Amino acid sequence: MSALTDLTISELQLGFRKGDFTPVEALQALETRIAAVDGSIGAYLSRDFESALAAAESADISLPLGGVPIGIKDVINVLGEPCTCGSKILAGYRAPYDATSIERLRAAGAIPYGRLNMDEFAMGSSTENSALQVTRNPWDLSRIPGGSSGGSAAAVAAREAFGTLGSDTGGSIRQPAALCGVVGLKPSYGRVSRFGLVAFASSLDQIGPFARTTRDCAMLLNALAGKDPRDSTSLDLPEEDFTRALGRDLHGVRLGIPKEYFVDGMDPRVRTKIEEAIETCRQLGAELVEVSLPHTSYAVGVYYIIATAEASANLARFDGVRYGHRAKNPKDLLDHYFRTREEGFGSEVKRRIILGTYVLSSGYYDAYYLRAQKVRTLIRQDFTAAFEKVDALICPTSPDLAFRIGERVNDPLRMYLADIFTIAANLAGICGISVPCGFVEEDQRPLPVGLQFLAKPLDEARLLGIANAFESASPGHSSPC
Amino acid sequence: MSKPNLDVRDVARLARIQLTDEEATTFQAQLASVLEYVEQLSELDVSHVEPTAHAAPVFNVFREDVPRPGLSRESVLANAPHAANNLVVVTKVIE
Repeated sequence: MSALTDLTISELQLGFRKGDFTPVEALQALETRIAAVDGSIGAYLSRDFESALAAAESADISLPLGGVPIGIKDVINVLGEPCTCGSKILAGYRAPYDATSIERLRAAGAIPYGRLNMDEFAMGSSTENSALQVTRNPWDLSRIPGGSSGGSAAAVAAREAFGTLGSDTGGSIRQPAALCGVVGLKPSYGRVSRFGLVAFASSLDQIGPFARTTRDCAMLLNALAGKDPRDSTSLDLPEEDFTRALGRDLHGVRLGIPKEYFVDGMDPRVRTKIEEAIETCRQLGAELVEVSLPHTSYAVGVYYIIATAEASANLARFDGVRYGHRAKNPKDLLDHYFRTREEGFGSEVKRRIILGTYVLSSGYYDAYYLRAQKVRTLIRQDFTAAFEKVDALICPTSPDLAFRIGERVNDPLRMYLADIFTIAANLAGICGISVPCGFVEEDQRPLPVGLQFLAKPLDEARLLGIANAFESASPGHSSPC
Repeated sequence: MSKPNLDVRDVARLARIQLTDEEATTFQAQLASVLEYVEQLSELDVSHVEPTAHAAPVFNVFREDVPRPGLSRESVLANAPHAANNLVVVTKVIE
């Protein structure tokens, strides 16, 4: 019999309801697994076992996620727990409230359990920008798990979490999901409340789930989605069941292949896996159509202007006055700010705040920020036109396999270009999902490749259905460790 | 697009971040290459394009202005770097 921690969320729940095991047993099995593997992986920053145990003892297994422990990226506030954002500047902070996404998980019966490592303030693609610890890819411990939600992806891959929450500003859910061989969903802008998510770039940030299956992601989205009066960007929509399109094939589905996503620069082995996946979709009945997203090559440039501009404003709140780190013995208020932020922020955060401040500064605003917002319109229009012809787009999630820890830390631009296939979805506000589509052997180790599907805003049910059809036709894989 | 002349130290001062000499030198070179990369946006004619500030089709969202409980004083002060007499103690602002 396989270990409890090998079960998916839906299998776990079925077991609870049949009386095969209890939420307390599942939590204990999970904690045993974390204790066994997380020393080498480093996904978790902290855990509060006692409060999770209390929740498991009183879990209502009739609820949609009743008794299921869910790991949380350390950027989403959970009452009474740390929320470091991977930064020294939030040392000592404990959340005085639950984020709306956490309230919703609890209302669905889930148990938030454990804080997961990330790039500082979600700025990065490798989790190497965490000021707190290194997280390693479970498939090869010398490699990065992707980022910024690297802990959330690695924990699910290593079967030391059943499901987790992450946040995606430019690919921070989909890219680590791809590199760790799990499913990661970025919902449409407005689908999930960000109240209680520490803001990075407010016009791009979205909370979403990681799990081992598309069904589990759909179940988590069922819990997370909905209007919240405390986040004015959350949309007021009729309730829907995101599992409703699962279990179908791809007959009648038109999939667009964006030709700009198959240009030079992609690892040829990744390209081969994606082409095989596209062929699988054709065999499942999908009609394949070549489409064009002509402004694709501008997306990374637009992103690094808009995201840094918004970050420079959002991160102004970390001033050492009301919470977090404060410099010792400042000689005056200016010295207090200068040194608090020097000591508290890491290099990538400083770089981005400086860039964002520059592109918003007098004399440069029109040339950078306003121009980037206009090109953003062109990128959105590319997608609008494509979705008039097709139901979803199929493309790679990342141009590369997981790279080695330390390999790119001194070259920010190269790191930014790793997000080239994921960034445009955030700019356009559409939804996207990464699903595993096979492995490439490197140094005698299998490294996962992720296939990305993108769909128009608020079309998550169809997106999940398409991804589920592909997943059902792919061989599953065993645990990396 | 105007020629970028980013002075990292000057902008860092605006952002209230002190930099070491080493950071200033490194960031200057790294951000110069990022700015050079984003120069490609100037290839496009955007004179007739409206800007997109965010991707959701909602504007001017209001809610009823109804009082509701906020965070407790204790829970907020528990996070303050320095608190006394039920208040956050701040660095001296005026002489």
